[in-house]
Amino acid sequence: MNQTVSIQKRPPAQGTDRTTIVLLAALVVLLVAGPLLPRWAMFMLNVSLSWGTVVLGMLLLMRTGLVSFGQGLYYCLGAYAAGALHHFYGIADIMVMLLASLALAAAVAAVLGLLLAKYRSIFFAMLSLAFSMILFGLLVKTSALGSTDGFGLSAKTLAGITLGERWERYALFATTVVVAFCAAFGVHRYLSSHQGRLAGAIRDNELRVEYMGASVRRVIHVNYVIAASLAGIGGGLVGISIGHVDPEMAFWTTSGEFVFIAILSGTGSVLAPFLGATIFESVRSFAYEYSPNTWQLILGVTMLLVIMFLPGGLWSVFTRRKAA
Amino acid sequence: MDKRYVRAAVIALMLAGLTLHGGIASAQQKRDTIRIGFVTFLSGPAAGPFGVPARMAAEAVVEQLNAGKAPAPYDTKGFGGTPIELVVIDEAGGTTKQVSEFRNLVSRQNVDYVIGYISSGDCLAIAPVAEEMKKVTVLFDCGTPRVFEEASYKYVFRTRPHATMDAVAAALYLLEQKSGVKSYGGINQNYAWGQDSWHDFDLAMKTLKPDARVTTSQMPKFGSGQYGAEISALIQSGSEVIHSSLWGGDLEAFMMQSVPRGLFRKSQLVLVAGEPYLHRLGANMPDGTIVGARGTHGVFAPDSNLNTWLKTIYKAKAGHDPNYPAYVATLAFLGLKTAFEKAKLEQASSLKPSDDALIATFEGLSFDSPSGRATMSLGKGHQAVMGTAYGTTKLVNGKVTVTNVKHYPAERVTPPNGISSPDWIKGGMKPGK
Repeated sequence: MNQTVSIQKRPPAQGTDRTTIVLLAALVVLLVAGPLLPRWAMFMLNVSLSWGTVVLGMLLLMRTGLVSFGQGLYYCLGAYAAGALHHFYGIADIMVMLLASLALAAAVAAVLGLLLAKYRSIFFAMLSLAFSMILFGLLVKTSALGSTDGFGLSAKTLAGITLGERWERYALFATTVVVAFCAAFGVHRYLSSHQGRLAGAIRDNELRVEYMGASVRRVIHVNYVIAASLAGIGGGLVGISIGHVDPEMAFWTTSGEFVFIAILSGTGSVLAPFLGATIFESVRSFAYEYSPNTWQLILGVTMLLVIMFLPGGLWSVFTRRKAA
Repeated sequence: MDKRYVRAAVIALMLAGLTLHGGIASAQQKRDTIRIGFVTFLSGPAAGPFGVPARMAAEAVVEQLNAGKAPAPYDTKGFGGTPIELVVIDEAGGTTKQVSEFRNLVSRQNVDYVIGYISSGDCLAIAPVAEEMKKVTVLFDCGTPRVFEEASYKYVFRTRPHATMDAVAAALYLLEQKSGVKSYGGINQNYAWGQDSWHDFDLAMKTLKPDARVTTSQMPKFGSGQYGAEISALIQSGSEVIHSSLWGGDLEAFMMQSVPRGLFRKSQLVLVAGEPYLHRLGANMPDGTIVGARGTHGVFAPDSNLNTWLKTIYKAKAGHDPNYPAYVATLAFLGLKTAFEKAKLEQASSLKPSDDALIATFEGLSFDSPSGRATMSLGKGHQAVMGTAYGTTKLVNGKVTVTNVKHYPAERVTPPNGISSPDWIKGGMKPGK
């Protein structure tokens, strides 16, 4: 039976095209400019894009009306999956590691989603937070995984191709760029699909969506698994580029930072999380450099300014304000 | 005109400004100072007892070195006549941020050397990055033996001994004082340092005194602040000895809560890292507590010109005596300075010696410090060894003093090259050659 919700047709092609064009342009520019960037900038972009991928998942949840305070769970699982492959099995291939990150995060989310899909608002936020703190607690108690000190990992090959020392960093950067592009493009397409468009409908009025014949729980479950997979792969990318994983990745402050970036970015476009993460990381890094004693204050003030002047997040800069 | 373009342009300009700034900083290659990145906790729980004292010591030492006022053999200005410039970075924020900041220090701020890291997790994460970026890095305070036992590095050095000796010397001292110990328990934070410290102490006790029994091992979470249940468990266990590696606010809270309940009337307390809190705890430190300073630092430091010098310059800045983090920070600067100047003798023409020459002299180097003599003999010459000491507290006129101090030479408390700490303790702690 056909569901009756999709009365509205897809948005005009022009809107879709613009985001896709910007995404493609960013992909090409980053891939070409990568080797020319100073090392610190390439690394900073690498981490920012990985975080952007995690926050992209949160954007999807936020579009559904849910704020997760526990994306650190999947971020950490992803990183540990990649790390464990190297640590215990000596596998050092970026592709294999990332697939493991993705698979583990998705599998855990598929199970936890059964429970979490029943909850909304603060209950969803707190429950997701609780799960990530359980993982944190478990990892801290596990001496075999280095407890709070964690352990190191490194990747030497990409899909079986051995990388020299010279190209290792760039290969990882390029992988991150391609992963971030695929994630953004995928989520963009998904959001304009039938199932994707249900997200906003659920946020506006769940009851009506149910009456119209769509399963709210199923949509939330699917979106939750997508968000978790993105967090897992983001965690894998960060773990490989940092070269070290520790339980702090599952700590609530890490999840809090993702919420911070998500609010800073706004949910206006799939491009927003990447912009937000890059700005967050730049502000943080320069705050570390110029005011080592008060860098937290600078981040806080930035957040306050964004909330006061750009309540829709940084992305609202690029969208025309609706006439009030 | 559409406002959004203006706003977008402002953001773009800001980003461009930041990037350009970084570019300019990178372009300032030619300098007449030695730039040292110094990474230490400036915020969070480890800032008060460790991070800030280390920073004050670093700043005081650098001021003195730059003025050429340090006692011999450190009386040349700066490093080999060139003044030192410090770039201080906060260590808070976890390994992800610290690795980013390390990369920024090296390739954006162009520091010549990095001295830093109190957290063992940060040390484990930074060491491979320092290796990748080929930047000489001196770890100054973290204790985990894993750094050089699990890997070997060319560019990474640690100028303080690793943490195995803290637990081993604690067991040796305890058994010298109370040879008939029949039972011992512990209260340690549930994170790597607490777990390792208890594990090593337990292993050492099992090796040295196999008939003593473990009563209980309490593992409260880091920063919990409330120890009512743990104190009850410790009292009920009737342990003769209580081992603890607590530090910071956790240690202070634990003492405040356990002293009134009379925990230490029956149990002997051993505080592996109790030294920085002697003065803060005052009357709340029960007489007869066994304390260590994770090396011959602070109250355990030998009388010497260097020690008097550090105490004077630190007191002028901070208003009180330096604690062990201040001593280990000083150790790192003096070690790097010694290696730098020895290497520069052979390459006198340039501002600084080549990294290869510096590394070659740093490996296996022996140098004097306010804490005594350090020798870089472990980890293929990259890990320092020193003796350590333990003592017993005694309250004199409202001030905590340490009496009955016993020193232990390095070979008695530190495993030799090529054997991991747990294996060495289990094997009977035989001194190396």
